[in-house]
Amino acid sequence: MGRRTPLHDLHVDAGARMVDFGGWDMPVGYGSQIEEHHAVRRDAGMFDVSHMCTVDLRGAGVRPLLQRLLANDVGRLTVPGKALYSCMLRPDGGVIDDLIACYLDEKWFRLVVNAGTADKDLAWIKEYAKQIGVAVVPRRDLAMIAVQGPNARPKATALLPEPARAGAAKLGVFFGAAFDEWFVSRTGYTGEDGFEVALPSESAAQFWQALAGAGVRPCGLGARDTLRLEAGMNLYGNDMDETVTPLESGLAWTVVLDGNRDFVGKEALTKQRAAGVARKLTGLLLLERGVLRQHQQAYSPAGEGEVTSGTFSPTLERSIGLGRLPAAAEGTLEVDIRGKRVPARLVRPPFVRNGKAKIDL
Amino acid sequence: MSQIPADLRYTKSHEWLRTLPDGSVEIGITDHAQQSLGDLVFVEVPEAGRRLATGDACAVVESVKAASDVYSPVAGEVTAGNPQLTSQPDLINRDPYGEGWILRLKPSGSGGAAETLDAAAYEAAIAAGG
Repeated sequence: MGRRTPLHDLHVDAGARMVDFGGWDMPVGYGSQIEEHHAVRRDAGMFDVSHMCTVDLRGAGVRPLLQRLLANDVGRLTVPGKALYSCMLRPDGGVIDDLIACYLDEKWFRLVVNAGTADKDLAWIKEYAKQIGVAVVPRRDLAMIAVQGPNARPKATALLPEPARAGAAKLGVFFGAAFDEWFVSRTGYTGEDGFEVALPSESAAQFWQALAGAGVRPCGLGARDTLRLEAGMNLYGNDMDETVTPLESGLAWTVVLDGNRDFVGKEALTKQRAAGVARKLTGLLLLERGVLRQHQQAYSPAGEGEVTSGTFSPTLERSIGLGRLPAAAEGTLEVDIRGKRVPARLVRPPFVRNGKAKIDL
Repeated sequence: MSQIPADLRYTKSHEWLRTLPDGSVEIGITDHAQQSLGDLVFVEVPEAGRRLATGDACAVVESVKAASDVYSPVAGEVTAGNPQLTSQPDLINRDPYGEGWILRLKPSGSGGAAETLDAAAYEAAIAAGG
């Protein structure tokens, strides 16, 4: 049996199908995954993401610490509450994890890291933090609920504790703010507008039920996966891991190599860029019937590659995926689906944003 | 709980069989199977005239989550694949024992049949984790 979130019993009572995810018992869906997906694209859905680990970093050296640990530059965060997405790298450039870092004040940054990598992340961060005198505090006392969709913010805002409502309503994209023990950020993993709300575990069930009462549909990890893939967002463990760099993972935009700042992995990435990055992560659109799945082999004139994530896109009603391919691959290629070569086209993610198709079918 | 009609036969690989009045056999996948697969998005049915041996993969059902083969529990000649499933794969989710049938075949009488279960035995097989 895996670890349980504070909402576990509510999921089971709602008839959710529970699966192991990163050592946690999580709901994969409550009924139709496609209907959950559409609820987020068209109205509002919510996800229990309490398995993700919130980590507070406190101390005067927190900004230099993160400038050393992250490939993206938190030096860019000058307005309190602003967050950024980054990879944390090994010295050889391999991706330890991807995370969100939010700047709250000069002595306080908050990170959100993946569930399956939380333990190794914490050990890694602590190694560097102790040299610089920054406290690393995992917040396992907090639950987290992502409320996503075009109607998510108004619905969720009305149900926040009164002191948080005005502040939450004003949050800009990729900003977060703390209201006592509640933390609201305008972030997500679906390609829709919305909030991620970290809150005390004992308040989680009540907030979840209030959201459900307001018509916010409970959604499982299945819908979360089809939504993030349509949004062109990588999943750690599928689309990147310690064996690849961000430059090979469609994440060059999150890496700041210019300037004097030295971060773990910089030297390796600088060398890789100078030598030419041999592989890339690209979007794939299947041109015939079938469904792209992780680990399927792809054959392009430029060489072979592999599908790293694949699914059926409920919005496009076509199969989409991400694949790691030779950098020179372009146009169309073939994917081996159950022994049959099926043509697919390389496309630039995202596939869908804010309810609308972003690629030509 | 999944539906398991008492008048059908079942396989451990979650197909159901219905013997029709003319002696042919209708085959589909069970309610338990469609629940496990989740929303179906593609179904590949066999063409009429195809000859199947017992245990042959005769159809593919693909959901958001996974692709799965359907195995013929009896040998025979396909008389029809369900033409509706090409455009409405979710018929299997909505009505697995009715409109969601996958194929019909005329048993050849030779080549034998796979071991099939009655409803009670199938229910026990599911409960045991099959």
